[in-house]
Amino acid sequence: MEFTEKQVGAIKFTLFSPETIRKMSVIKVTVPDTYNEDGYPIDGGLMDQHMGVIDPGLRCKTCGGTVHTCPGHFGHIDLVRPVLHSEFARVVAVLLKVTCSSCSRALVKKGAKDTFGELLSEDELLAQMKKTKKCPYCGAKQEDIKYEKPTTIMEGKRALLPIEIRERLAKIPDEDLELIGMDPESARPEWMVLTALPIPPVQMRPSIILETGERSEDDITHKLVDIIRINQRLDANLNAGAPQLIIEDLWELLQYHVTTYFNNESANVPPARHRSGRPLKTLSQRLKGKEGRFRYNLSGKRVNFSSRTVVSPDPNISINEVGVPRAVAEELTVPIYVTPWNLEECKEMLKRTEYPKIVYVTGKDGRRRRVMEKNVEELLAALDVGWVLERQLKDGDPVIFNRQPSLHRISMMCHKTKVLPGRTFRLHVAVCPPYNADFDGDEMNLHVPQTYEARAETEELMLVERQIISPRNGSAIIQPNEDHVSGAYLLTRKGVKLTKDEATRFLGAAGIYELPEPEKDGTYSGKKVFSMLFPKDLNMEYKTRLCKEVNECSKEKCPYDGYVIIRNGILEHGSMEKKGYSGLILEKLFNDYGPEVAREFIDRSTKMAVYSVTHFGFSVGLENYKLDKKTLEKINEIRDKAIKEVEGLIVKYKNKTLPRSPGKTLKETLEEQIMMVLNHARDSTGSILREYFGQDNTSIVMANIGSRGSILNVIQMAAFLGQQAVRSKRIKRGYKGRVLPHFKIGDMGAYARGFVGSSFMKGLTPTEYFFHAAGGRESIVNTAIRTARSGYMQRRLINALQDLYTDYDRSVRDADGNIIQLRYGGDMKDPMRSKKV
Amino acid sequence: MSKKKEQFSVFDHVLVPKHEIVPDSEVEAILAELRVESKDRLPKILPTDPCVKALKAKRGDLIRILRKEPTGEAVYYRVVV
Ligand SMILES: [Mg+2]
Ligand SMILES: [Zn+2]
Ligand SMILES: [Zn+2]
Ligand SMILES: [Zn+2]
Repeated sequence: MEFTEKQVGAIKFTLFSPETIRKMSVIKVTVPDTYNEDGYPIDGGLMDQHMGVIDPGLRCKTCGGTVHTCPGHFGHIDLVRPVLHSEFARVVAVLLKVTCSSCSRALVKKGAKDTFGELLSEDELLAQMKKTKKCPYCGAKQEDIKYEKPTTIMEGKRALLPIEIRERLAKIPDEDLELIGMDPESARPEWMVLTALPIPPVQMRPSIILETGERSEDDITHKLVDIIRINQRLDANLNAGAPQLIIEDLWELLQYHVTTYFNNESANVPPARHRSGRPLKTLSQRLKGKEGRFRYNLSGKRVNFSSRTVVSPDPNISINEVGVPRAVAEELTVPIYVTPWNLEECKEMLKRTEYPKIVYVTGKDGRRRRVMEKNVEELLAALDVGWVLERQLKDGDPVIFNRQPSLHRISMMCHKTKVLPGRTFRLHVAVCPPYNADFDGDEMNLHVPQTYEARAETEELMLVERQIISPRNGSAIIQPNEDHVSGAYLLTRKGVKLTKDEATRFLGAAGIYELPEPEKDGTYSGKKVFSMLFPKDLNMEYKTRLCKEVNECSKEKCPYDGYVIIRNGILEHGSMEKKGYSGLILEKLFNDYGPEVAREFIDRSTKMAVYSVTHFGFSVGLENYKLDKKTLEKINEIRDKAIKEVEGLIVKYKNKTLPRSPGKTLKETLEEQIMMVLNHARDSTGSILREYFGQDNTSIVMANIGSRGSILNVIQMAAFLGQQAVRSKRIKRGYKGRVLPHFKIGDMGAYARGFVGSSFMKGLTPTEYFFHAAGGRESIVNTAIRTARSGYMQRRLINALQDLYTDYDRSVRDADGNIIQLRYGGDMKDPMRSKKV
Repeated sequence: MSKKKEQFSVFDHVLVPKHEIVPDSEVEAILAELRVESKDRLPKILPTDPCVKALKAKRGDLIRILRKEPTGEAVYYRVVV
């Protein structure tokens, strides 16, 4: 193929003159109708075959082409009376303002442009002309011209008729137009008052045939029918010498129809409606807005070989996999290139009539054909090296999975297809963090790479297991979480003993079919069962977050079982919790044994953990947060003591005996101390709750092992919410001297300024509820602002860096070959592949 | 009033890496090693940069910067513009 390289230098938009409209027209449309009873286009009607064809079998009367080859041709209508083009009405009004009403000369002295015009900008010149009240040429007095939307131009108190407007505009000399700033060659102003209207080709406004067999015309055709009908009536009335009043009415109606034909959302114009009452979609509406031609069809390109649906969790698939609904797998295809080595295999594939089958074949001639029962034999006979078969997506095919907003590279990862029943994409819960996905209705996209090179690249560079470590800081981002952590903890706690039967089930869940060494009493310890997931030569030692010892951890003798010792792949001491299970161990496996081992550990251990969490049972409920009377009293005592203390501080503040903190005013000192007192009171309830609930309360357990929630959540549910803050200060704004009318003016007490003394269990009072909402609002506003700002920053960064690349010599260069960094990152270190420090 | 201005060298500061002017004889070899056709392709440094001033480097001079970082030593080149 030959290419010529040309560059668009400029684009010029010009107006059609009535002569041009008639010259390019292939037919003058006179009949306000479309098809006759036989379903054929009426000659001289809006569907006239000169303007192109949309019905198969018919031929265009202009070019002789068929539906597929005729490009369509414009026709025209001759308007019996001119009408203003509504989109140019404003420009027309300006032109009338700056020209003489009787001689149509620009309202400025001859040579003005040469003398002072040079010094003036076009706008300033126009402004001068508008102010001129007397024509410098003929001396005629100029009346005020006023434009009223959409198409009325008033001169003094009289509305100008389009015919007069057109005459005036036509009289403006070319040289004066240039002075005003128009190019008379490409846009004579009288062309803005229409005397002929182009009729777009039928291809632009095809009629559709409903199930009932009825034809339904396009909105534009409907509008054109209206225009022609009124045009005819106006013509008839003119010929019959009807009274001026009737003529003007019809003329105005014609103006209305032409206005709405161009834009059915013009200001001060009731929109033209379809019989059903729906407003018609006319020319402007086709182009404008989000669903218009520009934003929807031209800028909004859609991607082939992709799919989007809701995601839901599946703990039973691998993190490397994605569950794809059968319906999606049947629709998406992968190309298979026929070679001498897979020819036989391809033949077998082509013979298939059920699910993983060939949908399309492309022969050596480049023709793409759909595989059907009736042409299979023919295709099989012709099948040859060089053909391309399009096979339905099947298990194991690499695909790119993505969730917006795609903020970092791990928002798009390669997963292996796993075809499943259902209508949602299935995702392993451990891969949620990089996508920031949850299952409250999130949708995700899936893309199928279309060449072998792309498939290989996708797999090698983007496979989930290779992204376990975050490129951000070298710590795991794909990791067991929530119930996985709880499950692993429950199994590896001190003293867990399983029967052989139970141990088998635990291991079976993880796909392990051998047993560890039993204990002396024939049972199996949870730690040993979990150890089956480790490589046989794993050795680790670390202190977990479970250890609460004040001094150095006493390791093996840690009373909290908080020191993990793994010797030769056996967990000898300590239990699993977030830090070790989802962090240290996983990262060590990834770094020392590679991505496959780390992935297998996640896959298996999460399955075992899910089995474990269901085996032992793990749940929360109101019981978790119920306190007995004595404990409740203890907590209320702490709370009330703090309130008293606050009151004491206020008294000291008022009689100025409060010692001022350095760098703070007295008031700031007071506020600071009140916050301190109240926050301390709330936090000190934590130890009481811990003691009361003990180590078996699931909520506390989750907070301890780091699977979900924190002790603060427990406090807020069982004890009290504590001080609510806006901008890390007590809540202050609202009414004069008080936040709410429920308080006395000037009340500085805890309860008047946002202290919530109730727990979520007890329930909040109305004022407390208000304060809580005020505090909650701040974090919502902050996230909204943060996302907008960081989004913009990221956009600028990406635009600046987008075509930088790391060369083979590991230097970073831009598209022009300029060196940006002599070695990537200055040190050629990739945080993802470096050990954490 | 002080009789003499206190002399201070930017290179004495802990955070300022070693800068040196590359002799003209070495420039060509360095450009070849970096696979660039001219010095214009290299990162730039302003003549007003304190280090450039201290070295009394002229426009077009190639400056070699030896950086010691926690991850190792790095060599960097910049051209005075
Ligand atoms: Mg969501
Ligand atoms: Zn045609
Ligand atoms: Zn005049
Ligand atoms: Zn300990």
